[in-house]
Amino acid sequence: MANLTTKIGSLTMVNPVMTASGTFGYGVEFQDFVDLSKVGGIIVKGTTLHPRQGNPYPRMAETAQGMLNCVGLQNKGVAHFCEHIYPSIKDLPTQVLVNVSGSSPEDYAECAAYINELENIPAIELNISCPNVKQGGMAFGVTPEGAASVVRAVREAYHKTLIVKLSPNVTSIADIALAVQDAGADAVSCINTLMGMAIDAEKRRKLLSIGTGGLSGPAVKPVALRMVHQVAQAVSIPVIGLGGISNATDAIEFLLAGATAIQIGTANFLDPAIAQKVAQGVDEYLERHGFKYVTDIIGALED
Amino acid sequence: MKKFILDLKVTEVTKPHPRYVLIKLTDPEKALPEMLPGQFAQLRVDGSKTTFLRRPISIHYVDTERNELWFLVQTVGDGTRALAALREGDTLNVVLPLGNSFTMPSHPSERMLLVGGGVGCAPLLFMGKEMADKGCRPTFLIGARTKADLLQLDLFAQLGDVYVTTEDGSYGEKGFVTQHSLLQQDSKFQRIATCGPKPMMMAVARYAHAEGIPCEVSLENKMACGVGACLCCVENTREGHKCVCTDGPVFDICELMETWGIGK
Repeated sequence: MANLTTKIGSLTMVNPVMTASGTFGYGVEFQDFVDLSKVGGIIVKGTTLHPRQGNPYPRMAETAQGMLNCVGLQNKGVAHFCEHIYPSIKDLPTQVLVNVSGSSPEDYAECAAYINELENIPAIELNISCPNVKQGGMAFGVTPEGAASVVRAVREAYHKTLIVKLSPNVTSIADIALAVQDAGADAVSCINTLMGMAIDAEKRRKLLSIGTGGLSGPAVKPVALRMVHQVAQAVSIPVIGLGGISNATDAIEFLLAGATAIQIGTANFLDPAIAQKVAQGVDEYLERHGFKYVTDIIGALED
Repeated sequence: MKKFILDLKVTEVTKPHPRYVLIKLTDPEKALPEMLPGQFAQLRVDGSKTTFLRRPISIHYVDTERNELWFLVQTVGDGTRALAALREGDTLNVVLPLGNSFTMPSHPSERMLLVGGGVGCAPLLFMGKEMADKGCRPTFLIGARTKADLLQLDLFAQLGDVYVTTEDGSYGEKGFVTQHSLLQQDSKFQRIATCGPKPMMMAVARYAHAEGIPCEVSLENKMACGVGACLCCVENTREGHKCVCTDGPVFDICELMETWGIGK
């Protein structure tokens, strides 16, 4: 067995396989299928300072090899999370991270300050890239200045590992990545969903309640892989890759493109046991190719 | 209830109707897990060009003696058409049991009405069987467009009393289920469970509310994960958005009165 130990800032994981926010609930929903101790970390649902109802139904549309969603950050707020959810997940046998979102830099910082007090949450992922909310969300993630303003505010309030989730809906993702690195981020994860749309031709109607949604699934993988590669070339902090990863081979491609860790999102819906299988598959790949450490293949593309 | 990912073997596929397929499955290795009426499974679809996710399908019937599980699937798109192409001996990957279940009668003499429309009749067969096993005799009220659209009537008749409406009057009484003479008399029912098209369930809920009869409806909102993780399948309830996959699919109409505009 190869050494799969993965480090992101001060966060240490048993392997580089994580589950993406909004696709794995709070982990407990998947415990019948996955031995969580075999997964590097889980990132729980997007959490905001105040409770949010999210967008109206319908929130999902299938596409070729993918799906659109416009859930819109439905959650009961950070105080509810700390009081009612944290106690039931703090002792899960994996690293539990919280995805944090907001409508203003102050919002993000106040929410992060709550999470900072939770002993068993070693890191947060800042969502500056949600395409499904009017205020905040992606609005911050599409300019280097906006992204940096949120990261600076949170950096003051949050003292553990700070990961920033980037939007692909930009002209130059590398510029945004550099801006959040300069503002104090410990790592970036890329990519969030690609903004899309679906129409019912027969009914001549939009299929999603707010018209647009975020595209995920295998359809986005080539875009994600390209962006992870670009960002990894540009920054010196670790990159966490996600976007359409459905099996161990996909995960290895992202590691080779320069990702230090990867996240599995939509694939959890097709096979609730996939995260554990991917971790095992990465190990088998390393064995087969004679690598002792998973870190040996990060960015290890041949010319 | 513990959930499982299982590779089940197809034992029989029949087409009781051009738009429906009845798939029977077994686990050749071990006993099927315990399931409750109203629960559903997520069926993996292989070989569909335009769909991607699993298909949430209600549990139609469980034959414990034969270790057999039935799904009644309406073919509406590429996903369900791919399911309809399954053949005896094929393997189907399922995640189950998912969601909550219908409330069983509190005692054998409780008079319970099960109202089904279209493919929504599917979970009511399993419900009727569980009731019969516990010594209850359910009353079924089944609505369809025409006589040809009525499915499994003989099986329902083995479990309880069956009343039918068709929109064209080709079988049973003409009209919608809520227009059936059974419901025009002084109500003799103490509990109602319904599954079918949303307008039908809303009409049944309105009737139940007016008569003061406890009533549960089973919803089928568009779903991705099926386990409460993605929050795509929400229904707007008295307490805000709730997941149909985990808080449902069965809801007491009290939760939906305001958002469905019932009782106003």
